Amino acid sequence: MSMRLLRLFGGRNASAPVARERLQILLAHERGLLGQSDLLVTLREEILAVISKHVALDPDKVIVKLDRGKTVSTLEVDIEVPNNFDKSKAITERRMAG
Amino acid sequence: MAKVLVVTSGKGGVGKTTSTAALGAALAQGGQSVVVVDFDVGLRNLDLVMGAERRVVFDLINVVQGVAKLPQALIRDKRLENLWLLPASQTRDKDALTDEGVGRVIGELRSRFDWILCDSPAGIERGATLAMRYADEAVIVTNPEVSSVRDSDRIIGMLDSKTVRAERGERVEKHVLITRYDPARAARGEMLNIDDILEILATPLLGIIPESQDVLKASNVGTPVTLNDADSAPARAYIDASRRLMGEQVAMVVPAERRGFMNRLLGRRAA
Repeated sequence: MSMRLLRLFGGRNASAPVARERLQILLAHERGLLGQSDLLVTLREEILAVISKHVALDPDKVIVKLDRGKTVSTLEVDIEVPNNFDKSKAITERRMAG
Repeated sequence: MAKVLVVTSGKGGVGKTTSTAALGAALAQGGQSVVVVDFDVGLRNLDLVMGAERRVVFDLINVVQGVAKLPQALIRDKRLENLWLLPASQTRDKDALTDEGVGRVIGELRSRFDWILCDSPAGIERGATLAMRYADEAVIVTNPEVSSVRDSDRIIGMLDSKTVRAERGERVEKHVLITRYDPARAARGEMLNIDDILEILATPLLGIIPESQDVLKASNVGTPVTLNDADSAPARAYIDASRRLMGEQVAMVVPAERRGFMNRLLGRRAA
């Protein structure tokens, strides 16, 4: 009874239920994402290691993203290769080294 | 057996340092031997809240780096003989703390004290991870505010994955401490209520510290709130929380400092 009375008087100010709902949605989303973060970090490091064998890369220019959709999930890998990269030269160097 | 307890939150400004000082003092008042350790390198404040800022000679980093021995850096509280402080450094070099060095210091503290309370820096960076690294228990300090609850959720995730206990497959015992709670505003639906917070965080409650002027008053004079005025509402809430940490069953009450007009009108206990 008293709760109802309080609602009646303070109804316009009752922002807490909105806060609660926003948090529940947000945290459900974030908890799902955080579970994957280790996988993404591992993927990023391994991709970086493989490509770095052949090309000098800026580690900050390798972006690995995973988006989960309802039917299709996508793994997006974005690697920026330096402008002055000369492919034939890199291959020659590798052959000589090998 | 010694217990390492980290006081953490994610978000800054929710009352970690105040709570570390108050819980540390309350445990010491209960007869336990306690050391409070400031992990907030660069922005140290626990010494100030404890009223020991002018007695700091050596600090945690000095001990970790082997410049000073642990007994040289420990500061005994002026009021309680079984309460000690290990201060943080003002240095800007946050990498001065190493995992291994912190582990060594915690190990040494374990043999001297019943309780080691680690005051974590805010955030989710290295400093916060190191503060929780060796914890057996954690107090997550939360305000009834969306940003604070969200960051607490993140910290709970870290406690379950980044601690030595978690890596060994053991659990860190976690408790939520709600600070700056205003029962009148919660009753009016202007503030997240206790049940909402606990349901969202799915972590047991350690205590509810009411919004109170006594907290600021105590930190102004450099005395933990439980020592400054043990009868004040926040002091009683912290003392109850410390007894729960020691395993006692203490009924949960929200000591309302100022009962709202509506509550008084309806004769309703704020809870």
